[in-house]
Amino acid sequence: MSSSVFQNQSSHRISTHGVGSVLRSIFAYRISCVGFVIILMLVIMAVFAPSIAPQDPNVQDLYHVLEGPSRRHLLGTDDVGRDLLSRVIYGARVSLLVGLISTAFSAIIGVFVGLIAGYKGGITDMIIMRITDTFMCIPGLILLLVMAAALGPGIHNIIIAITLLGWTGFARIVRGQVLIIRELPYIEAAHAAGASGFRIMFKHLLPNAMAPVIIAVSMTIGGSIMLESAAAFLGLGVQPPTPSWGEALRIGYSYLEIVPLFSIAPGLMITLAVLAFNFLGDGLRDALDPRLRGEGKKVE
Amino acid sequence: MIDRTMTPLLEVRNLQTHFFTDQGIIRAVNGISYDLHEGETLGIVGESGCGKSISAFSILRLIPNPPGKIVNGEVIFEGTDLLQLSDREMCAVRGNKIAMIFQEPMTSLNPVLTIGHQVMEPMVLHQKIGKKQAIQESIQLLSKVQLSEPEARMNSFPHQLSGGMRQRVMIAMGMSCKPKLIIADEPTTALDVTIQAQLLELMKGLTRDIGTALILITHNLGIVARYADRVLVMYAGRIVEKATAKKLYSSPSHPYTIGLLASVPRLDQDLKKSLSPIEGQPPDLLNLPKGCAFHPRCRYRIPKCFTQSPELEQISDNHEKACWVDVH
Repeated sequence: MSSSVFQNQSSHRISTHGVGSVLRSIFAYRISCVGFVIILMLVIMAVFAPSIAPQDPNVQDLYHVLEGPSRRHLLGTDDVGRDLLSRVIYGARVSLLVGLISTAFSAIIGVFVGLIAGYKGGITDMIIMRITDTFMCIPGLILLLVMAAALGPGIHNIIIAITLLGWTGFARIVRGQVLIIRELPYIEAAHAAGASGFRIMFKHLLPNAMAPVIIAVSMTIGGSIMLESAAAFLGLGVQPPTPSWGEALRIGYSYLEIVPLFSIAPGLMITLAVLAFNFLGDGLRDALDPRLRGEGKKVE
Repeated sequence: MIDRTMTPLLEVRNLQTHFFTDQGIIRAVNGISYDLHEGETLGIVGESGCGKSISAFSILRLIPNPPGKIVNGEVIFEGTDLLQLSDREMCAVRGNKIAMIFQEPMTSLNPVLTIGHQVMEPMVLHQKIGKKQAIQESIQLLSKVQLSEPEARMNSFPHQLSGGMRQRVMIAMGMSCKPKLIIADEPTTALDVTIQAQLLELMKGLTRDIGTALILITHNLGIVARYADRVLVMYAGRIVEKATAKKLYSSPSHPYTIGLLASVPRLDQDLKKSLSPIEGQPPDLLNLPKGCAFHPRCRYRIPKCFTQSPELEQISDNHEKACWVDVH
């Protein structure tokens, strides 16, 4: 019996990094599993929208405006008679695109800034972190409004605005991690082996600081989708006729009493997307940070 | 045998490393000088906090700044003063000409990189060799340090290895560029006794093979007696006695060395004789006593010890001590 235990141990190779282990930890937790499946569905929806959507989302049918569900229009039609279901399916494209791209930019900027601040320390750290604090003071919606007023509404400006708001979180997380990790003996050993500062930052510090970054990426995508929808709801996001959830919500809101589904459908999609990314992040946190691991969450 | 007439490999001259804290200046290393010849093993012994590790870190300029700073001195290695080199030039020395082996095998390896990756790192950094060759050499190194299944271990992560195995990996990393000097900072402190002996034998053998000089920092006098050619005894940031290992054990001359030797059990002594520890605590480096730093704990002290700090003086061939009193 004891030999089988040993065999089991030696064959069981655990790696602390890599895509494989991240996927494994996602599936180890029910909540992140749910989030992951929803995200996967949304992505498929966005990528294959032309094949999935029953109709062209931009074709207007002014004889059938603001209709309820029917066989022809499963979710009904909007104020100019476009198929709501198709528009909701196409809407996933804008939301996911803005969420993913702005978060990617935020993460890249934030990780870089945080690494430098944490590794250099001293006056460099002080200056960088005060700049970060300044950015954190900017209220999100006001920035969106100002950006739209100065540069005009549109998807590019929304992405820029959300990135400007989002990178600070990453910078603080990474800096905090680096401050802990850089004191560890293996970083000193890397110095003693003659590694340059650049190499130590990216080869030794960054991989060890990645776990909270991965969690933050998931959470930030959710937040970014929410911000994009808010911008679109105020008419600052993508411009018509490009379908987007926030924009559908804005128009549907005026007809809430006539066709409630017009608001409910895009609203639900926003909620679902944000929730899915937060679930994924929650699960990842449980998986990657054993200190926060609660009881009974793990599927065995 | 070591030729002492040649220019030494490493000359440390009046090295002073201070830490500037809110409470005041800590003189962790306060003017130490010594030579090290090619292929020689130098032991540095002393209590915790006596500055032995800091003095070694200072050679590689690995003192965290702030708060630490090398305020004075020269570290002449192969004719160049390391303290004058640029950061970039210093990176080319670290791990290449001078390597370091750390005391914490459990935490001195990066948990997210494979063993192979880490053993190869110094080679990749300092030698222009291809990846295939680096892998080959790493496997050879790992088998040289007697790690079992070296090829399989290349892809292991540190947490899959025991402490002794990790320290073998650390030794392999230290050896990978065939350095002129290896600094081993308490290399075996965290390991159990049987492994300690194995690893020290291994290090001794490997350094002899490639003609590397070794600085062995330890608080274990037994290790020093067996493995070092010469020994520095440090107290409160200064060298209090400098001698060949043989002389230090046969005729210790500084009261502190005598105290250290009396406080460890020896096999060649009557077992019934009880051990006599050194009374008192190591000094507070923030405010060192006036005069000789050891005088509050010294049983041989004379009035002069309270006011004047003794310098190292030659008492016989290859034997120096810093004490006002003639103790024998």
